Amino acid sequence: MSATPSTDTTSTPGERAWALFRVMQEKNLIPDGYVEGMTQLMSEQFDPANGARVVARAWVDPAFRELLLKDGTAACAQFGYTGPQGEYIVALEDTPTLKNVIVCSLCSCTNWPVLGLPPEWYKGFEYRARLVREGRTVLRELGTNLPDDVVVKVWDTTAESRYLVLPVRPAGTDGMSEAQLQALITKDVLIGVALPRVG
Amino acid sequence: MDGFHDLGGFQGFGPVPHTINSLGYKPVFKEDWEHLAYSLMFVGVDQLKKFSVDEVRHAVERIDVRQHVGTRYYERYVIATATLLVETGVLTQDELDRALGSPFRLANPPRSGGRAAPPDSTRFEVGDRVVVREEHVSGHIRAPGYVRGKEGVVLHRTTESWPFPDAIGHGDTGAAHQPTYHVEFRVKDLWGDAADDGYVVVDLFEGYLDRASGQRA
Repeated sequence: MSATPSTDTTSTPGERAWALFRVMQEKNLIPDGYVEGMTQLMSEQFDPANGARVVARAWVDPAFRELLLKDGTAACAQFGYTGPQGEYIVALEDTPTLKNVIVCSLCSCTNWPVLGLPPEWYKGFEYRARLVREGRTVLRELGTNLPDDVVVKVWDTTAESRYLVLPVRPAGTDGMSEAQLQALITKDVLIGVALPRVG
Repeated sequence: MDGFHDLGGFQGFGPVPHTINSLGYKPVFKEDWEHLAYSLMFVGVDQLKKFSVDEVRHAVERIDVRQHVGTRYYERYVIATATLLVETGVLTQDELDRALGSPFRLANPPRSGGRAAPPDSTRFEVGDRVVVREEHVSGHIRAPGYVRGKEGVVLHRTTESWPFPDAIGHGDTGAAHQPTYHVEFRVKDLWGDAADDGYVVVDLFEGYLDRASGQRA
């Protein structure tokens, strides 16, 4: 992939990142294994499969659903899904006439432990600029065409609350196991730009 | 800070480069350096304790606009971390330049020293109508410009409190703690008819809000 150099230098982003790393390492500022541990946590343990387990449980267990909507942090903590960027968790309940969608217009804030690190498009200028103002249009362009009677509610992550969307359980899933339900709940469903699809 | 980062409602961008449920988010780190952006940031925040995540956000906001527009996401966090390590005296510009072999361009210096949380903030309840204070802050602030002066309804008051961003974003470790409020705005109240219908909920610190006096127009 080609790198875009900054305006007044010929170096690439990767060269600058490694330069910073080398200077910090030479000064012994980086504990042994720290970068490796953080990288493993961010790229492997923080995964949308975590959020899928939470939502599937809420679909099959009314008491857990109630807890998730009342105290999302406590509900996610039952699975061990709290941590950096996931310390005050709020679940957003969709209804047949309400679609919740999450953004961070100012940077990229995301519920890391539950949803995984944000994808490139979520951090991109297009999504950050447009979603708050033309949510229905953006969802349609992404592939989610909502009926007119569904209200779009965009949640801008501007402080410490970290969200996940609790979508409506789709028709045709009555006989499904919790594991089968988890497979319907993608990263985009948890962000709110997609609806769970059966089949 | 009324900077380029405050993108909510900014017009002129094309389609979001994504189709729902494509698996483009894997692998999480696409290039061999991208994991360094957050890892080195957390070295500064959690290990060295030289700055807060709020200061990192502000340092990203301080990247010169032309550079900001041309950078990629993780690149901005490398620049912000390098900037803060230089500003806190941990590294020098010269050390970075020598390691890179060319000028390592850092973010612009802050134009403001920040501000303390306003002493006259009010405790609100769910259902209260509030207005976002009509104030311009040159330093860090976590109220997007599109809600400035706008009225909304409180949906939630957090059960925890956090340091006021306008203070801790400038290194004030004694910043007063406040709860935040999920405030719901009608999109039409923000951009009139030049927008889709619907709602936006913004998570606002208590010090950004006043009780709304008038009736909704």
